[in-house]
Amino acid sequence: MSETRTPVLALERVSKSFGPVQALRDVDFDVAPGEVVALVGDNGAGKSTLIKAIAGIHAIDSGRILFEGEPVRIGSPTDAVDLGIATVYQDLALCDNLDVVENLFLGQEERGGGLATVTRQLDETSMERQAHELLDNLAVTITDVRSEVGTMSGGQRQQVAIARSLLGEPKVVMLDEPTAALGVRQTAQVLALVKRLRENGHGVVMISHNLANVFEVADRIAVLRLGRLAGLHDAASTSHEEIVTAITGASDPSTGELGPEVAQAMANARRDDAAIGTAAEPPRPPDSGGPPTEADPEADR
Amino acid sequence: MTAGTAAVDASEGPGDDPGGEQPRGRRDLLRRFVQGDLGELRVIIVLAVIWAIFQFQEDRFLSSTNLTNLLLQITAIGLVSVGVVLVLLLGEIDLSVGAVSGLCASVMAVLSVNHGWSPYLAIVAAIAVGAAIGAFQGSVFTRFGVPSFVVTLAGLLGWQGAQLEVLGSTGTINLTDPAITGLTSTFYDGPVGWTVAAVGFGVYATVSLVGWRSKVAAGLRVRPLGALIVRLALAGAAIGAAVAVLNQDRGVPLAALILVGFVILFQFITTKTTFGRHIFAVGGNAEAARRAGISVQRIRIVVFAIASSMAAIGGIMAASRLLAVNQSSGSGDFLLLAIAGPVIAGTSLFGGRGSVWTALLGALVIGSISNGMDLLALESSVKFMVTGAVLLIAVIVDALARKRRQATGRV
Repeated sequence: MSETRTPVLALERVSKSFGPVQALRDVDFDVAPGEVVALVGDNGAGKSTLIKAIAGIHAIDSGRILFEGEPVRIGSPTDAVDLGIATVYQDLALCDNLDVVENLFLGQEERGGGLATVTRQLDETSMERQAHELLDNLAVTITDVRSEVGTMSGGQRQQVAIARSLLGEPKVVMLDEPTAALGVRQTAQVLALVKRLRENGHGVVMISHNLANVFEVADRIAVLRLGRLAGLHDAASTSHEEIVTAITGASDPSTGELGPEVAQAMANARRDDAAIGTAAEPPRPPDSGGPPTEADPEADR
Repeated sequence: MTAGTAAVDASEGPGDDPGGEQPRGRRDLLRRFVQGDLGELRVIIVLAVIWAIFQFQEDRFLSSTNLTNLLLQITAIGLVSVGVVLVLLLGEIDLSVGAVSGLCASVMAVLSVNHGWSPYLAIVAAIAVGAAIGAFQGSVFTRFGVPSFVVTLAGLLGWQGAQLEVLGSTGTINLTDPAITGLTSTFYDGPVGWTVAAVGFGVYATVSLVGWRSKVAAGLRVRPLGALIVRLALAGAAIGAAVAVLNQDRGVPLAALILVGFVILFQFITTKTTFGRHIFAVGGNAEAARRAGISVQRIRIVVFAIASSMAAIGGIMAASRLLAVNQSSGSGDFLLLAIAGPVIAGTSLFGGRGSVWTALLGALVIGSISNGMDLLALESSVKFMVTGAVLLIAVIVDALARKRRQATGRV
């Protein structure tokens, strides 16, 4: 559906390695305005690395990033934000002791005019009014924007975090596991918000382990495996099983091989896990074939 | 963070929408009071109980003379506590404020008495030394990631040594310059006190009402006008009563005006400005603040500089009241009481929650206990134990409030 439009963001043959670990290899990826592209893959497949490369946290080793057709260099998170790429990480980065308005405008507070420019006073009225507008626009229901974010449900917090990312009027919004650890009703709220982002013309990149959610909102599904793009599927014409197969590599369309590469990837994944302190889990057999969520404590099932 | 989110989900049933719900009703009020959500109101009631007990035991306690003395007694510690509050809001601690107050008072005394500097210049120099010390400690803390507890513990020892060094062999310097001693012995009687009170209250009431109207004009949710007027009336009554009582004795002390002035200044900065908002953000979630583009290091260094500056100002006021600086200035329980005060009055040790008012309220609570026991001629052993018990109860309430927030997903 989006092939005819110019992608707002496109990656061409992007590679990134951390020491001996090749996290991304020649990945091509793009997202168009008003399109939701889901990014799926097993742990250690490179989803987070890809998002962080686009967000400017990791500089890419080779390849090109095009923004609205122009090659760009994203060397820092500020570069990404300045281009119009907003990222909502899984930990949301909200201050629980601050209220919704304070969180929405954190780091970009508005100052009042007149006497307030001398006293450097905040313009609370303007910020609160804009917060209402923003949330209404997204059909996010929060009764009191002056209540502390810490008192809110996971779904509301996620929605506040996504709303905050929209304040800079970004063209691309990247969501890292927006429905992880949410209940059914809250997941539905967040997915509805993702759909509204698409309606508003944002390009949305969404990492998710939950294929049901992916199929509900995504236009296209990009499968990463072992740092490579293992398939780009039209969500409407793809089955659940095909995606699972692509994720686990039971029949890899690009290489067809399984053995040593998978073993290498598992070793990499374990190393990654060790790096983030979750190495307690035993090594998995390379061809478990099950859904990729079983080893992920964050997964929504 | 993740655990907190999960807890919310576990506790949430269908249709449950806790976002906008504010606890209502009398039982909720009682619960919030016990669990420490009502912060300042709770402290005011505790203070009233303490005053009632002492007044019952000794009817000189609530006399205008004694209340004036009480204000003079708490000025130094209250000023130090103002800086401590800011550090606590960051979720850090500054153990050096006592030593810094002693050192800076010594610097002022040496410059003005031994070197013949103008007392005003000496005061400015002492505060500048305080600011430099704080910036240094804050820089070590942010640059090397050493816990602030340890950095300022080293400061406590080091600056005490520097104080002995500055004071030299005599060890005591008497202060006679009226500009310095006048800081705690100047009183404004009669109309002056009333004028200051009226102007202060007028500004406060105007700002409150204008803010309320602008929110109404923007179509935002506001508290009912009646509640605002009741609040203003209570504040006005409190200010009026204070001035009336003080005027019965010697008048409004300059020292009290300095203390209240700094409390109002920093209350404004913490609640109404970007800088203050960022202090709360860093204290609540430093990583979130950093990702929002806030320079966490800058905030921390500036706050530590402010804390040490306020310690210097408190030290100067203590010296002015003592009419001297000696080797024990700023030592003893001074540091611990300056930290205990805000915590007793509801500023959290865990960061991100509290207000500058707690510096004043906490100093009043601690000062009242100390003053009342002195009037009853109790041993200082009893004094220490009672103050310790009050502090212990306060931190338990703080910990319980935090625990409950975590249980309901608020961290």
